[in-house]
Amino acid sequence: MTELVLVSVRRIAADLFDIPLEQVLPHSSTATIENWDSLHHLNLVLGLEGAFDVQFSPEEIAKMQTVESIALLVQNKLSGGK
Amino acid sequence: MASDSDRREVIDEALQLGQWAKASTMLAELWHQQPAMANAAYIVSRYQRMSSELSMMPYRLGLLRSFTVEPLVPLLRAAAFASGVNLAVQVGDFNAYAQEILNPSSHLYQFKPDAVILAIQARDLLPDLWYRFTELSPEEVEQVIDRTRKDLSDWVKTFRCYSKAHLIIHGLEMPLRPSAGILDAQGKLSQVEALRRLNEGIRSLAREYPGVYILDYDALVALHGRLRWHDEGKWLTVRLPVAADCLIHLTNEWLRFLHPVTGKVCKALVTDLDNTLWGGIIGEDGMSGIQIGSEHPGAAYQSLQRAMLDLYQRGIILAVCSKNNPSDAMEALENHPGMLLRPHHFAALRVNWNDKAQNLREIASELNIGIDALAFLDDSPVEREWVRSQLPVAVIDLPQDPMGYAEALRDSPFFERLTLSDEDRERGRYYAEERQRTELKGGTASLEDFYGSLQMEVEIASVTPRMLTRVAQLTQKTNQFNLTTRRYTEQQIAEMSASTDWRVYSLQARDRFGDNGLVGVAIARFDGDFCEIDSFLMSCRVVGRTVETAFLSHVAAEALHRDARYLRGWYLPTKKNDLVKDFYKSHGFKLIGEREKGSLWEFGLNNGCIRTPKWISCRIEEANTQ
Repeated sequence: MTELVLVSVRRIAADLFDIPLEQVLPHSSTATIENWDSLHHLNLVLGLEGAFDVQFSPEEIAKMQTVESIALLVQNKLSGGK
Repeated sequence: MASDSDRREVIDEALQLGQWAKASTMLAELWHQQPAMANAAYIVSRYQRMSSELSMMPYRLGLLRSFTVEPLVPLLRAAAFASGVNLAVQVGDFNAYAQEILNPSSHLYQFKPDAVILAIQARDLLPDLWYRFTELSPEEVEQVIDRTRKDLSDWVKTFRCYSKAHLIIHGLEMPLRPSAGILDAQGKLSQVEALRRLNEGIRSLAREYPGVYILDYDALVALHGRLRWHDEGKWLTVRLPVAADCLIHLTNEWLRFLHPVTGKVCKALVTDLDNTLWGGIIGEDGMSGIQIGSEHPGAAYQSLQRAMLDLYQRGIILAVCSKNNPSDAMEALENHPGMLLRPHHFAALRVNWNDKAQNLREIASELNIGIDALAFLDDSPVEREWVRSQLPVAVIDLPQDPMGYAEALRDSPFFERLTLSDEDRERGRYYAEERQRTELKGGTASLEDFYGSLQMEVEIASVTPRMLTRVAQLTQKTNQFNLTTRRYTEQQIAEMSASTDWRVYSLQARDRFGDNGLVGVAIARFDGDFCEIDSFLMSCRVVGRTVETAFLSHVAAEALHRDARYLRGWYLPTKKNDLVKDFYKSHGFKLIGEREKGSLWEFGLNNGCIRTPKWISCRIEEANTQ
């Protein structure tokens, strides 16, 4: 399941940052992906909220810095209820 | 169905090979199936790569706003691309809409927009009224209203001086809860009443100036639910007041206005009949069996007809495209008491057994409108997919449940009009009166490819006890695809299937849209060199997809296997089974006898075979020993 979530998160991020999937890796972060600015971050948050039917708090949104941590957060929301 | 990543591979490959039309069609399909943020970004990026290759209509939209709209831009652009419009969007500075309008050399005017959306909220436009209402005296409320009305009026007047663009103004949204609670509704000039008055002011501006329109934002929010629409967290942090899952609804509402201003609207709606305009199949169920009327279950279909009548009154031409016997269909249209729509509402009728894409071409040509000005409504996902793959027609998807049909039609943006003239009102009638039939022939694109894409599977089995009810039922009620129309009871079917001289076959069919269940029955009788097809019938659900050929192929193979040399079959004509009069002929049978009751056909089993179409995968269940 985690693997599935990770792949989905990577795909959504790749689409929204408009870069190939191979360039979005678990450890990719706001520091390594050039397009990951604040506007793209908002798009990513909204894209994930829509795709997984979850909602992130402002604190969570501020902490969403790497692909892996985002996938974990989504995973927790999916398994722990919203 | 192909997974998303497979589909993207195909799209990217098509792009690399320069197959622009294919890539474009697939991108549009992807959007319609999943209009989400990530898809939007992907679709926009791919369309941009080929925008110079496709002849898309360029259109420039300015967005003036008092809140964050940036995430909506890719959604809007993807949706526009999918309907053939290359939309350039310029977003004005945050809360700078007044300056943009009032300054003749602003970015807005330099951009030379074709349309401008003024996306403003009451809380930004009149924060006093929104946040401090309980502190204001009635006089102060009046002042705020007057001042804002004057501001709005100045802005619209100035905008009209500097730009010819369409101007779409968001009406003001009501608060989640009025500041004074239930007291608000009791007062003389409530918070809600003040906002309503302002909305009325905006409406009168729209009436006063040409090309100015109101988007009823409050109604849009109410439709989807105020609590669900609003995301307080996003509003307080990033000034985005709309929840993630509602962004698409605002996008679609904007598109409703862009459709008519870009000219991407449909002039005609072509509808199917059976299980669309009424429940059931007129050719099978008859006048008393179909469902249409003011009570459930006919009421859902009547609601759909009401929605079509509303379109007719708006000047949308109505037409029929149905696989049916014309006399059955006309009887229902003319005489069924539950129908709201009658033959005089329809400007063109194609009731036959031909390919629907071909029928749609003919309808467009008969009405003398472009094929892209047609919208198509059909309960069958197979027909919808086929039409979508063949023609640039706007295909309206229907949900499984007929209860949702009317809403699906009303939700469709293709018929939106911003103005309505007397001529529009008359158009539907005019075309209906001008109805003429012109016989046309034209080539269709590859049907075989389409059959292949359906991923059809059939399972042919000797009848088992648990199938008896369904098999007997099919022989009793199938009228149209039925060569001999012989009716049998369960007992008779059981006896035949137990006899060594008889075989009773059932056919089950499924495709990528789902399982159609047990839809065909064939009964064969063996007598020395001869195998006679006593009955051969199929449900209308699967007619026209070559499943019948796969079935006949199996009957022939079995006959040969049992050492028959000739396969014979009668065609016994009835009022309903015209559909199959050439069935044997088209499968290579020779006419060997004609009597009053019908014609007898024969196929030499040693001289040839009937092939199962290569796009159907066929599974044979061996007979159970009984």
